[in-house]
Amino acid sequence: MTDVLVVAEHRRGEVRDASYEVITAGRELAAETGGELHVAVISGTVDGFAEKCNRDGVDAVHTVDHGEEFNHGVYSQTVTKLFDELAPQYVLVPNSVNGLDYAPAVANRLGLPIVTDTIDLESDGDALTATREMYGGKVETTVALEGEAVVTIRGAEWPAAEGTGDATVESFDPEIDESALGSNVTGFEEVAGGDVDISDAEVLVSVGRGIDEEENLEIIRDLADALGATVSSSRPIVDNGWLPKNRQVGQSGKVVTPDVYIAIGISGAVQHVAGMKGSDTIVAINTDPNAPIMDIADYAIHDDLFDVVPALTAEFQ
Amino acid sequence: MKILVTVKEVGTVEDEFDIEGTTIADRSLNVDLNEWDDYAIEEAVQLQEAGIADEVVAVTIGPEDCEQTIRQALAKGADRAIRVWDDAIADSDLLDVGAKTEILGAVVEDEAPDLVLTGVQADDDSFGATGVSVADAVGYEWAAVVNHLEREFDDAVSLRRELEGGVEELTTVELPAVLTIQTGINEPRYASLRGIRQAQRKELAVADLAELGIDEDTVEPTLELTEMYEPESESDVTVWEGGADDTASELAALLREKGVAQ
Ligand SMILES: Cc1cc2nc3c(=O)[nH]c(=O)nc-3n(C[C@H](O)[C@H](O)[C@H](O)COP(=O)(O)OP(=O)(O)OC[C@H]3O[C@@H](n4cnc5c(N)ncnc54)[C@H](O)[C@@H]3O)c2cc1C
Repeated sequence: MTDVLVVAEHRRGEVRDASYEVITAGRELAAETGGELHVAVISGTVDGFAEKCNRDGVDAVHTVDHGEEFNHGVYSQTVTKLFDELAPQYVLVPNSVNGLDYAPAVANRLGLPIVTDTIDLESDGDALTATREMYGGKVETTVALEGEAVVTIRGAEWPAAEGTGDATVESFDPEIDESALGSNVTGFEEVAGGDVDISDAEVLVSVGRGIDEEENLEIIRDLADALGATVSSSRPIVDNGWLPKNRQVGQSGKVVTPDVYIAIGISGAVQHVAGMKGSDTIVAINTDPNAPIMDIADYAIHDDLFDVVPALTAEFQ
Repeated sequence: MKILVTVKEVGTVEDEFDIEGTTIADRSLNVDLNEWDDYAIEEAVQLQEAGIADEVVAVTIGPEDCEQTIRQALAKGADRAIRVWDDAIADSDLLDVGAKTEILGAVVEDEAPDLVLTGVQADDDSFGATGVSVADAVGYEWAAVVNHLEREFDDAVSLRRELEGGVEELTTVELPAVLTIQTGINEPRYASLRGIRQAQRKELAVADLAELGIDEDTVEPTLELTEMYEPESESDVTVWEGGADDTASELAALLREKGVAQ
């Protein structure tokens, strides 16, 4: 039987949406062989979180009342102990920044393989086949493993679990070795503020590494001016210091939902797409016809941005 | 303080490429230093320049072919490098996190650095898990996705972790520790000509599994790469053909239809 343990994620008092998606992934896996679905909520206001995570198909929620926020030491100790107690086949965790800050430690402690950033899963109760991407999303691969495993789940690949389940809620009180907790969260800070809020924009002209040099941003600004649009970018442009952080679209930047998103010289890495896939109309200008951005674009031009962008600007002058 | 930086030569795929079995055909692949590792090297070298680190050692797992790439770390300022390779590693399509943990963990135990810096992920297989796994295996503290490091080290270091949605977490981590480094933490330098010349004379030690005291069986991957294919496109994208003037005017027409610039 394929019992599954899902570890929910929360931050600053809120259960994060990724948790509900992982519950769906866990429910599907457990259902394939009639196994049980267990959910762990660790730290924070666990009773409230448990109520939220008690969605359709969840058999049991285990609450661990220890500390307020995420601490990877608490998480890795607790999940390891829950694994010993429940003996599930799979531990499923969001492929988030915090998921990746403790899931590998859990796998190491338990001597289990870890598969990260999965986009599809199948199990016959013993053999697991996981689908994931390589080379920046240019290829998809399947990997197979036998027995138990720790798996992290890519966001937005499974729908969020809904409905109310009839899970039993049990408190789990492992002895935490406080002397082994060598990291301590001291605060949080919002960093993407400033003059412009790109999430308000109706039209975004968004530029990526294909622009090559900072000076070349001029042609992007010209286009944005001509269109009355706002300039945004992928991460490397911000990493290079060419645009401020508040212009970055993506997982660690802003989520935007404009009417039109023009992605210029942007490959469409998953962390970028996470921030713009809700745009109404997506146009990609990219020399690479196989760039992953093409998978979500509505319109595309497979050509050099240095030819297309000035020509487009000229159309509006 | 001694810093160990893990570096990896990654494959980069050409625009047009062929898949052969479960690998990308060699002719469609180029190689490069993993982007995230470049930032990790820079951070280590800056700590050395600030007088905080006395030695920076780079370690890689890879065949002789990748020495050119690893020398980039030396050219940018690492003092010496270690390359681990073995026939037992060469045989596998996919070195999984567990196998990398065994190998890098053994090197960490040998070198006993105060700080290990790794990239957040490798650009090719994107597991994003090795740094934390190694930390746990050798009993070091850790932090994943670090985008700022205070230049003051005591028994602990203060740093920022970049979470989702423009939120950063402020954390202190006890040493010794493994930190996985995010792009944007610094501005990686280009290797100077002088650096490149000097790199040729720096030590690049080669070790096999036996020398690290690792049993071949323990690096046998538990994951098997079973298929590789081009993802099916989910969208029905309209591709405009023709010269730049033609495609630009198609796009202009669409934008006007959507009420842009009116
Ligand atoms: C934890 C984490 C969080 C991250 N958060 C974010 C985030 O919030 N936002 C984000 O964007 N990224 C984020 N990333 C980084 C992400 O993985 C990619 O590295 C990044 O999105 C790549 O940016 P890019 O598309 O501009 O560059 P590349 O991937 O290098 O793509 C450049 C594209 O330009 C095309 N091109 C080149 N020259 C031309 C030309 N002359 N004309 C037309 N096209 C051309 C190329 O074909 C290529 O497709 C994150 C990564 C991690 C690990």
